[in-house]
Amino acid sequence: MHTETHAITVTVNGTPYRRSVEARTLLSDFLRHDLLLAGTHIGCEHGVCGACTVIFDGLAVRSCLMFAAQADGHSIVTVEGLAADRHHLHPLQQAMRDCHGLQCGYCTPGILMTMKAFLDETPAPDEARIREALSGNLCRCTGYQHIVDAVKLAADRMRG
Amino acid sequence: MKPAPFRYVAARALDEALQLKAAHGEEARFLAGGQSLVPTMNFRLSQPALLIDINPLTELAGMRKCGLDRVRIGALTRYRELERDPAVAPILPLVDEALPHIAHPQIRNRTTIGGNLAHADPASEMPAIILALGGRLRAQSVKGERWIAAADFFTGALSTALEPDEMLVEVELPTAPSRSGACFMEMARRHGDFALVGVACMLRLDEDGRCGEARIGLCNAGDTPMFAAQASQSLVGGKLGAAEIGTAAALVQRDIDPPGNIHASKEFQRHLAGVLTARALAAANERARRAH
Ligand SMILES: Cc1cc2nc3c(=O)[nH]c(=O)nc-3n(C[C@H](O)[C@H](O)[C@H](O)COP(=O)(O)OP(=O)(O)OC[C@H]3O[C@@H](n4cnc5c(N)ncnc54)[C@H](O)[C@@H]3O)c2cc1C
Ligand code: FES
Ligand code: FES
Repeated sequence: MHTETHAITVTVNGTPYRRSVEARTLLSDFLRHDLLLAGTHIGCEHGVCGACTVIFDGLAVRSCLMFAAQADGHSIVTVEGLAADRHHLHPLQQAMRDCHGLQCGYCTPGILMTMKAFLDETPAPDEARIREALSGNLCRCTGYQHIVDAVKLAADRMRG
Repeated sequence: MKPAPFRYVAARALDEALQLKAAHGEEARFLAGGQSLVPTMNFRLSQPALLIDINPLTELAGMRKCGLDRVRIGALTRYRELERDPAVAPILPLVDEALPHIAHPQIRNRTTIGGNLAHADPASEMPAIILALGGRLRAQSVKGERWIAAADFFTGALSTALEPDEMLVEVELPTAPSRSGACFMEMARRHGDFALVGVACMLRLDEDGRCGEARIGLCNAGDTPMFAAQASQSLVGGKLGAAEIGTAAALVQRDIDPPGNIHASKEFQRHLAGVLTARALAAANERARRAH
């Protein structure tokens, strides 16, 4: 079968990229292999683990369940776009560090992007809302409690 | 794993999407939220030759009233939007109550009602609700359009009455009548997982407080979503007391043929269906009386 390519223009972390992609290229692979933004992790490739979560036009989505071709004309934020600069962590990253919200760190980029979109919409969440928002991200290390603590702390700090 | 090669077309108009589907039939698939289709493609359980991306067809999204007692929801309406629309709870209480059970927030950000219904997973919540409410679905192709009753739409596990050239474009549901109460309940191993069993029920009381109408839908109780006809009928005209509710729950248990899976045996699913039916009916009855 012939391989068909599509010319796409996509904004990632504020930078516009123009690339040619195969129709079957997953958005997750495009970010990792074409743009060399390997912070977006891949755990399962069927939507279950949440490691590949990125923010697509403001909403947290599974990048393993979208094709790069679908991103044409859209805007994406990945974990690399979270911190304002190389020297300062985003408040969510800082809180994850302060609360020991990660061990191996494999799930962390997906959790950060899920929680970034969640706090943008819900700046003062209670614990039940945080747990509901976290329900689509698997972490095999932490037992989740420290992640919940970190999100609470980040929300407090971000509200000032 | 990665999907097998395919052709991708982002549809610019409904007509274009329908013409492509007519030309390619079973070889082509519509791509909506992608939350069921893409996992199967990644595992090569499905290898369509052509993907017709309908996400650009925003005219297929949104909910609108239709007469006094019906509402129409476009196929491309995402669960995220329904979840945040305050108009949903008063008119479609079953949909409102079920939405948080359907997958996780990130999945609901993409999932469309049309894709969820066309996928026709017997464990899915929404098919059971559409059946319980007695809704209907509008299919369109280059040849024209037709309405399909929910009762005729789900023809088997992952199969529907849609022809290879048809797109599901809209769902029509009756809104909650006065003196009615509804309840959706499910049991899942973890919140957001597919239900081991789920029950959607609606009760309407008549003037003297007896049951005027009862509708019970079930998910994961057979190889299609099910309408529990006998159990529903058994309640009509009765008092909706513990005895009547117990009879309906027993009829549900008698009439279902649960598939069983690694997390729940057939027997456990049957037990759950009875317990959840009784609880959901009691809650719906309570709600109907409070609204009275
Ligand atoms: C981790 C995870 C958990 C999930 N949990 C649940 C759950 O608890 N309950 C549940 O119900 N679902 C669950 N799902 C499935 C999810 O809700 C899917 O999004 C949904 O079943 C399909 O909707 P979609 O819009 O993503 O459709 P797609 O995946 O794009 O399409 C599904 C199928 O329908 C066809 N199709 C799509 N739109 C149309 C149309 N308008 N006309 C005709 N055919 C069409 C496609 O060609 C494809 O065959 C889960 C998914 C994941 C990844
Ligand atoms: S890699 Fe996308 S959800 Fe697991
Ligand atoms: S920190 Fe290891 S999986 Fe979450």
